[in-house]
Amino acid sequence: MKKIVKYIMTDILRSRIMIIYTIVLLATSFTLFSLEDNANKGLLSLLNIILIIVPLFSLLFSTIYIYNSAEFIELLVSQPLQRKSIWQSFSIGLAISLSLAFIIGIGLPVLIFQFNTIGLILIIVGTLLGIIFVAIALWAAVQIRDKAKGIGMAILLWMYFSLLFDGFVLFLLFQFADYPLEKPMILVSALNPIDLGRVLILLQLDISAMMGYTGAIFKDFFGTKLGLSIAFITLLVWVLIPLYFSTRKFIRKDL
Amino acid sequence: MIIANNVTKNYGKLIALDNVSVNCKKGECIILIGPNGSGKTTLIKCILGMAIPDSGFITFNNNNISKDWAYRAAIGYMPQIGKYPEHMTIGQVLTMMKDIRNTEKPLDEDLIKSFKLDGLLNKRMGTLSGGTTQKVSAALAFLFNPAVLILDEPTAGLDPIASEILKEKILAEKDNGKLILVTSHILSDLDDLVTEVIYMQEGKLCFHQSIDKLRDETGEEKLAKAIARVMLEKAN
Ligand SMILES: Nc1ncnc2c1ncn2[C@@H]1O[C@H](COP(=O)(O)OP(=O)(O)OP(=O)(O)O)[C@@H](O)[C@H]1O
Ligand SMILES: [Mg+2]
Repeated sequence: MKKIVKYIMTDILRSRIMIIYTIVLLATSFTLFSLEDNANKGLLSLLNIILIIVPLFSLLFSTIYIYNSAEFIELLVSQPLQRKSIWQSFSIGLAISLSLAFIIGIGLPVLIFQFNTIGLILIIVGTLLGIIFVAIALWAAVQIRDKAKGIGMAILLWMYFSLLFDGFVLFLLFQFADYPLEKPMILVSALNPIDLGRVLILLQLDISAMMGYTGAIFKDFFGTKLGLSIAFITLLVWVLIPLYFSTRKFIRKDL
Repeated sequence: MIIANNVTKNYGKLIALDNVSVNCKKGECIILIGPNGSGKTTLIKCILGMAIPDSGFITFNNNNISKDWAYRAAIGYMPQIGKYPEHMTIGQVLTMMKDIRNTEKPLDEDLIKSFKLDGLLNKRMGTLSGGTTQKVSAALAFLFNPAVLILDEPTAGLDPIASEILKEKILAEKDNGKLILVTSHILSDLDDLVTEVIYMQEGKLCFHQSIDKLRDETGEEKLAKAIARVMLEKAN
């Protein structure tokens, strides 16, 4: 398994797109931090980029990588290797490579300009989000045979998590405006890793006051050690569930 | 050595394998024949665990393969259409396969030499001609000295010289007591190798017979003629 991870990682890290992605992240974060006089503001702008770009790039890159590796996967499956470990090698290879790009592109500048709890949480959340969307992409890629459809599905999933879900939540809030929905909202935010990531970081930035009563409730929950741990465990679950289902599918897939 | 028990495989509505049972023993050289789309490649893929049967099971040395993967170390497989990462060179593919297999056993690099692949090590897989890709597939199938060779249309796409080299190699391995399972549409190619014939049609196994018996029954010396005669008899 280590060997396959090694082959996959050298393959990915050599790819031009990956290098460009890292450099763009790096340039963006340095620009943002040097433009804003207040490092907190820089972090906030960076947060918005992370929440949009990282999931999108993870999803698209991983989906396309899996489709382009069809030959490699077929070759590996005919060898004395366990299917489970082949699939996990692809997951791990993609996850490590994308995390590496993120940690160099965003983590490094954040550590230089914002070496504190907020900065660290931002790095952890961003890395986890990247990995979550690798897992989601792998699940889409193993379910759908056709490459064009698979990439379309990846884009749809991204739209769902970054746009549609929020619209759906707003709709619910308006429909049930008469009911106290603040507490259930905590649960709802767990249904979307991007939202959960946003909440975690915004609360650290101490601008939750701007979010009104809901913000206060969120702060009460996620501000505690227990709440924070539950949030991170939820993010981990977002990695494990898609990974579990895609592995199960891959083991039974005809090649 | 390889036993398939009532293996059925569906692709959607299409029945690619219909209740197929075969028994392949050590030392045999079995030719698997049948029209296009009769399920030969599908049967091979099921044996290799690349396609999963819907019902029935396959054993390799009396172990069910459905939960096993290590048995593939004993199989050399030459696919009908070899698919390799396009950006890798021949040399990188060979190195990677050796690395993955990681065996202590001596390697069999005969075909690499006789196909002169060692002069092409820096060529990318994506730029190879169809026949050269076939040569790489063949070289890989024999490389690890496997006890079983499964060759899907091995001579299709090879020039006469390469084809002859490969047949010599198959013969040599057969004499080493290996089990060889090969599909081919060009029956004359394998006349002097084959010991058993399996004929498939529309996913069903029509017959499985030893070549001697087939020759006796039909009175034909040539494999192609013998099979044509059997098919005629069946049709009547
Ligand atoms: N992955 C797949 N998805 C759907 N149908 C498939 C798939 N693989 C094979 N089939 C179908 O299964 C049937 C058997 O195919 P198979 O490749 O086993 O035939 P074959 O005997 O090897 O033919 P040929 O002589 O052309 O190589 C065909 O009708 C084929 O279209
Ligand atoms: Mg075939």
